[in-house]
Amino acid sequence: MATLSEKVLTEAERNNRAGAEETGTTEPVRPAAAPSTPVLSVRDVRISDQAAGQEIVHGVSFTLTPGKAVGIVGESGSGKTLTCRATLGILPAHFEVTGGSIEIDGQEISGLSSAQWTALRGATISAVFQDPASYLNPSIRVGAQIAEVLKVKKGLKRREAHRQAIELLHAVRLRDPELVYTQYTYELSGGMLQRVLIAAAIAADPRILIADEATTALDVTVQAEILDLLADLRERTGLALVLVSHDLAVVAQLCDEVLVMRQGEVVEQGPTHEVLHHPQHEYTRLLIAEHEQYGLDKFLATDAIDATEAAGAVAAGDKVEESA
Amino acid sequence: MSGEPAGPVLEVTGLDVHYGLRRRRRQALHDVSLSIAPGETIGIIGETGSGKSTLARAALGLVRASSGSIVIDGEEVGAYGHRQWRALRRRGVIQYVFQDPLRSLDPDVTIETSLAEPLLIQGVSRQEAATRVRAFLDRVRLSEDLLDRLPGELSGGQRQRVAVARALVTEPRLVILDEPVSALDSANRVQILQILKELRADGVALVFISHDLGSVAGVADRIAVLYQGELVEIDAAADVIRRPQHPYTRLLVRSAPTLHSAAADRAERETLRALLRALLHA
Repeated sequence: MATLSEKVLTEAERNNRAGAEETGTTEPVRPAAAPSTPVLSVRDVRISDQAAGQEIVHGVSFTLTPGKAVGIVGESGSGKTLTCRATLGILPAHFEVTGGSIEIDGQEISGLSSAQWTALRGATISAVFQDPASYLNPSIRVGAQIAEVLKVKKGLKRREAHRQAIELLHAVRLRDPELVYTQYTYELSGGMLQRVLIAAAIAADPRILIADEATTALDVTVQAEILDLLADLRERTGLALVLVSHDLAVVAQLCDEVLVMRQGEVVEQGPTHEVLHHPQHEYTRLLIAEHEQYGLDKFLATDAIDATEAAGAVAAGDKVEESA
Repeated sequence: MSGEPAGPVLEVTGLDVHYGLRRRRRQALHDVSLSIAPGETIGIIGETGSGKSTLARAALGLVRASSGSIVIDGEEVGAYGHRQWRALRRRGVIQYVFQDPLRSLDPDVTIETSLAEPLLIQGVSRQEAATRVRAFLDRVRLSEDLLDRLPGELSGGQRQRVAVARALVTEPRLVILDEPVSALDSANRVQILQILKELRADGVALVFISHDLGSVAGVADRIAVLYQGELVEIDAAADVIRRPQHPYTRLLVRSAPTLHSAAADRAERETLRALLRALLHA
């Protein structure tokens, strides 16, 4: 089976040959083998704050198979980030998993040593968070930081690591990857940094990527670009996604299944379509109502954009060009 | 205030703003014109660097226009000096709310003092100011026992409601809000939007600047789209969202997360991005 980065690279090379035209028409590559075997199983996970002697997360369960996406929605303090951190084995001091089980690629994580964790992170499970700049070293060129991952995790030599890092920057759709490779964090925008971080996160071919509010700080058009990129990686490489957001619509865009969390509790869980169209819990209804009242949905739900308009996108662009 | 002038409360014509000197000179706004009627809420939307905050700052006299005119409540203010601006702001005609209330509220004075201050500056008596502050609290859903607290003791949502109250308590004709809800979580965001909607009933005109089309769409009568320092589109909110004209507006509408987004949007976004790149390089 081809590894994730090989598949990404092939794609990148093909794009290269196609004249770097980003057409966005990527035929789906076969999903990774046996899509029914879960890569991540979270079963009734409970997390407690040992200092306060209090349970904070009261039982979260979901399974993730290759190429699937699960979304977790909830306000700050709902326990969504703690759940992610438990899955990555990076709970803050005096927080502990006090119930349930987490299996990554069939491996129960509760007894893992730190060496075993190091082997697992990056290579099997990886993550990106809200503020990309704080996960990169400001005094090292960003390309070198991706190459470092390739050297450590895949044992690549310097030259090969450099080459693959550039390929990864290309795969996350950064224009001019050679230039970006040599730049420092302060020279890049938030959207570009998040792409760099995604490139580093997928460098060692993980099977699961956790994106925790990864697009929250970005402009809406850049957010859509990052979400499209994640959708693309998922389809092309069978990457499984856990997408965490306070925005139900962000999650709805990308995920097959949604968990709605509130105060440490999963108040609703189900296929995205089901949850959106037949919300059971009052909090889910509130999240939907917020969108319908204060969002584009207010206009779009009642009056679907007619198809002629979508077709006319290019034509309208031409008009603008003429008048410019 | 009596004898309301019938004209627009803010009229910007052919506004150019530059930053930097000589070779580093960069144009932040190019030939921007727009006019806001009394009581109207206008949303200004654009990405980071589109010039939306520059427009707000120009309308507040915080940056100087290179050319063009700005008329506030019938007064041409484009050539105003520092002192004239201060006098205008002191009269309470125009007020503003920024993203981070911790920076606009003095951390060392109580909420009550902060709220009464703009009234006292206008020459309102202490007693009347106290009465008006208390009467206003209800409208921004703050309770009276917050009055003797300091900004640091309030939640982010409460602080922003204090900032909104401070801006509106003087009954200005125009309030400029620059990303007022961007730092808030969704419950607090909805609450502020609700409050703004209610306050419009007083006839105050609002300029609501945001990168979030969704927040703007819920409140604004009209939406103006800034892109690369130019105003590329301005129309009734529903029209901008249902029938966006400029490729950037189209991309913006298709990029905004909605509960009804279709998979087809992804291909369209790709097309629009390519189109915008082509326009930029043309």
